[in-house]
Amino acid sequence: MDESHYFMPAAGVIERVGQYFKPIPLLGYLVGFLACVLWELWIGDWLAGLLGLPKMPVLFGILTTFKVIAGIFNFLISGEAFAWASLVQIPAALAYSCIIYLLPLTVVSRIAAQPANRLARYLQRYPLLVTALLQLSLMYAVLHVWASVSDYRLITLKLTLVAVLFTLSLNIINGYMGEFSCSHPGFMAIGAYMTSLFTVGLFTSDKVLGEAVFAFSTAYLSFPLALIFGGLMASVGALIVAIPSFKTRGDYLAIISLAFLFIVKSFFENIQALGGSRGISGQPDWATLPVIFITVAFGVWTINNFVTSTMGKALNAVRDDEVAAEAMTVNTRKTKMTAFLFGAFWAGVAGGLLAHVLRYVNPAMFSVQKLAEVLAMVYFGGLNSVYGSIVGAVSISLLGEALRPLEILKWIVIPLLLILVMIYRPTGLIAFKEFDIRQVFGPKEVD
Amino acid sequence: MPLLHVTDMSHNFGGLQAVADYNLSLDAGQITGLIGPNGAGKTTIFNLITGIHRPTQGSVIFDGRQLVGMKPNETAAMGLARTFQEMKLWRHMTVLDHIKMARYSKLSYGLMGAFLDTPRRRREERDATDLAMDYLRMFAVDQFADQLVVNLPYGAQRRVEMARAMVIQPKVLLLDEPTVGMTPDEMMAMIEVVRQAHERFNLAIFLIEHRLKVVHELCQHVQALVFGQVLVEGTPKEVQNHPKVIEAYIGEQEVEF
Repeated sequence: MDESHYFMPAAGVIERVGQYFKPIPLLGYLVGFLACVLWELWIGDWLAGLLGLPKMPVLFGILTTFKVIAGIFNFLISGEAFAWASLVQIPAALAYSCIIYLLPLTVVSRIAAQPANRLARYLQRYPLLVTALLQLSLMYAVLHVWASVSDYRLITLKLTLVAVLFTLSLNIINGYMGEFSCSHPGFMAIGAYMTSLFTVGLFTSDKVLGEAVFAFSTAYLSFPLALIFGGLMASVGALIVAIPSFKTRGDYLAIISLAFLFIVKSFFENIQALGGSRGISGQPDWATLPVIFITVAFGVWTINNFVTSTMGKALNAVRDDEVAAEAMTVNTRKTKMTAFLFGAFWAGVAGGLLAHVLRYVNPAMFSVQKLAEVLAMVYFGGLNSVYGSIVGAVSISLLGEALRPLEILKWIVIPLLLILVMIYRPTGLIAFKEFDIRQVFGPKEVD
Repeated sequence: MPLLHVTDMSHNFGGLQAVADYNLSLDAGQITGLIGPNGAGKTTIFNLITGIHRPTQGSVIFDGRQLVGMKPNETAAMGLARTFQEMKLWRHMTVLDHIKMARYSKLSYGLMGAFLDTPRRRREERDATDLAMDYLRMFAVDQFADQLVVNLPYGAQRRVEMARAMVIQPKVLLLDEPTVGMTPDEMMAMIEVVRQAHERFNLAIFLIEHRLKVVHELCQHVQALVFGQVLVEGTPKEVQNHPKVIEAYIGEQEVEF
């Protein structure tokens, strides 16, 4: 009883902050973020210099902070010299984030809330596509400006977007269908290799795959075809896993799919025509930010369409009670097969994008470590939820980057976080929440 | 030819004979009851008819077609709906989604519709929602449409399950102990729900029930099943007063070791 008194003021503050942000629609936040990134572009360098930071903080100052903390750890553990003056960088980075992001975001998005709501309400008269395209282009503009500041940001952003697609494609199987599949990095590997085979094999000259078959300047237009090819090949791989394993459930599928992952990995390690364990490199630079953004947005859209349709919801019925699902006319075998192949398809596309972001691909990328990473994203963010996968992929990716200075400690902090989430929210942060596109892009109605 | 005609159906689980030479003929609009002590094989008979298990021998003819070898989703789509003793509702799904799910076999928008949100899919989903709402209203659970089914009171959950089976628009409804665990009031309400559904759709119902009150109220014909065999059949009164049935329920013979 006493404890509730104790927390009262904090609860009041949270509620008031909630009230403050409540009327802001997505459009309002986008305007706010656009203001932030433009503000940073304009005064970021100058402010960083003023605050005594060596350079502009790239990841909201978190990276800078952890670099300092890592320095302290190194000093304590191995006695490495530590420049105590760099401690000042922690409050400086914090101040930078407040001035550049927090302040403009809260002020501008709140000011923009009313006109943004009015605009969103007006746009509701037109087909959903109009408002969706408008807001997605605004979102792209924000990301583009944000990433234009440094190459590090650009590649982090690209990898994060790929992770979103990859996580969501696994959520179809592990969340919506409720089976524990471990073969997803294997599907990603197939997608990455097959897409590379298409682009590197046909359009570039390379040591492993030989001379270019075609050479023309608009070859990049074939990239969607390459991605679709990679995705379809991953689906074929999924079919190979599905046939023997769909007679089993639970642990057995987990084991069979894990075996498949190892088979795929050693297959690519041993096929010299595909570069063996060194893999394929020299992918053309076709996975630009707009290409990735459009592909991921399209992928999220189709996956969301699928899981909100009655055909897709049949997956939940199969998961919660398969006998009842069959008794209610659901073709359970077809449902599971569709979901499995569809998930594998988008994993393959994500693999194709990954190979072209990094511009190399080798079997070591698709190890059990990759599996652990994507499982962490799915379970951290939340099962059975598009929001959850986006949040999980973005937060684990950014956290992974931000904790990089901690080196080995990173692999203690992230699992620890995961354990905490599993204890307090066993199904993940935002689980079992429907992602209603109309609502996401719509105005916020406050009474 | 009756609507549902089962002849000489038997089933073994390993060495155990669960059902032996079972016969049933159910006409359109008829309500038949199946009673018997626990473990007599009543639910197994449901599972054999709907295709969850495949009978070791015998035939099941429904609407002129052989059901043996068909999968449960196929028999259900033909118009043979059922409910479950333990309800088997879907934990994470809303009431409305439960009802829409039973329209699965009627959807024709295919994979393109599922992935790309085509106008056809939107139309079909909207029609399914409208129909589902009609059925929810019919069973007086429309106020729960957007709630998760686990949050509903027990009686309402039972009615959702009935609505889910009825939206298949079946010719035969198999009810597996629809009043189990209900208070007398809830039981009377359920009897009324079943009776209305029967009258409204001229439905043939095959009912497993422990409570003789329900059987008396609803059935014209009753079978008493003991150890997988039909001991007695006839009107509810005949069956209830039959010495063999009384013996099976109360157990005159002591178990000897």
